[in-house]
Amino acid sequence: MAAELGRGARAWLALIRPGDWLLAGLGTVAVGFAFPHFWQGGLADRAIVRQDGRIFAQIDLKSRRRIEVAGPLGTTVIAVEPGRARVFSDPGPRQYCVRQGWLSRPGEIAICAPNRVSLQIAGRSRTYDSLAY
Amino acid sequence: MTASPIELPVTAADRRIARLAAAAVGLSLIEAAIPTPLPGVKPGLANIVTLLVLARYGWAAAAWVSGLRVVAGSILLGQFLAPGFFLALTGAVLSLAALALARHLPGRWFGPVSWSILAALAHIGGQLLLARAWLIPHDGVFLLAPLFAAAALVFGSINGLIAARLLQEHEETESAHA
Repeated sequence: MAAELGRGARAWLALIRPGDWLLAGLGTVAVGFAFPHFWQGGLADRAIVRQDGRIFAQIDLKSRRRIEVAGPLGTTVIAVEPGRARVFSDPGPRQYCVRQGWLSRPGEIAICAPNRVSLQIAGRSRTYDSLAY
Repeated sequence: MTASPIELPVTAADRRIARLAAAAVGLSLIEAAIPTPLPGVKPGLANIVTLLVLARYGWAAAAWVSGLRVVAGSILLGQFLAPGFFLALTGAVLSLAALALARHLPGRWFGPVSWSILAALAHIGGQLLLARAWLIPHDGVFLLAPLFAAAALVFGSINGLIAARLLQEHEETESAHA
């Protein structure tokens, strides 16, 4: 029974030529890459820090560094690590942007409104934070 | 009443194309009864017929069978000239274009499985572009692209395998008769 099944499977496999395997393999890899490409607006590749609405710094998400942004209340500290970024500390009273923690997907944003600082993750392509029809 | 002077000669090749197109239409109808989780994702069983025709009778016959299947199938399903018809037509045209190129691939390395995968990807690519340009003019449709491509890969491979098996069996019976 098992041998018969094995023979049946081999008969089917014999129909697949070397190029067919290659094409199917390439297709699988391409589909694997298509999911993050189409579903996450590409991979995250930089952090955009804004102060008072103007871009203060654009940091490559491959680096590991810490930057300080001066605002009306004091200094907001942004921490960047490979693949992610967060607001490390902020002089604002409610600390929402600090408690948001690490941001790693394109389109994610932490806003420290009292100190007028925002940190946004960007990918290769623009993403939407909402869609309306 | 006099007999009509117009007579259309019917060749054996015409009859063969009609027979094969009827088989393809039958498969389309069976498939339309299968529920799918996502509109547009379906096995495309009728393409097995297209692949067989391409291998045995050439590209022109395959184009005829495919075109007749799209038109007759859509009339039977009540979809003629509805959006679904144009999606099917675009898919069929692009698949045939892909097949026209794919069948010139070296046969030692690439067989019906490759043809089928390429045709399925061309099919879904054309449909997505038409949907983006006409039916849903928003880049949101491309969110479905990975799912459609994955389905095209899976069903394309399966259909190609079935076509390859049928072709092989046909060759065996031919050589047995010879």
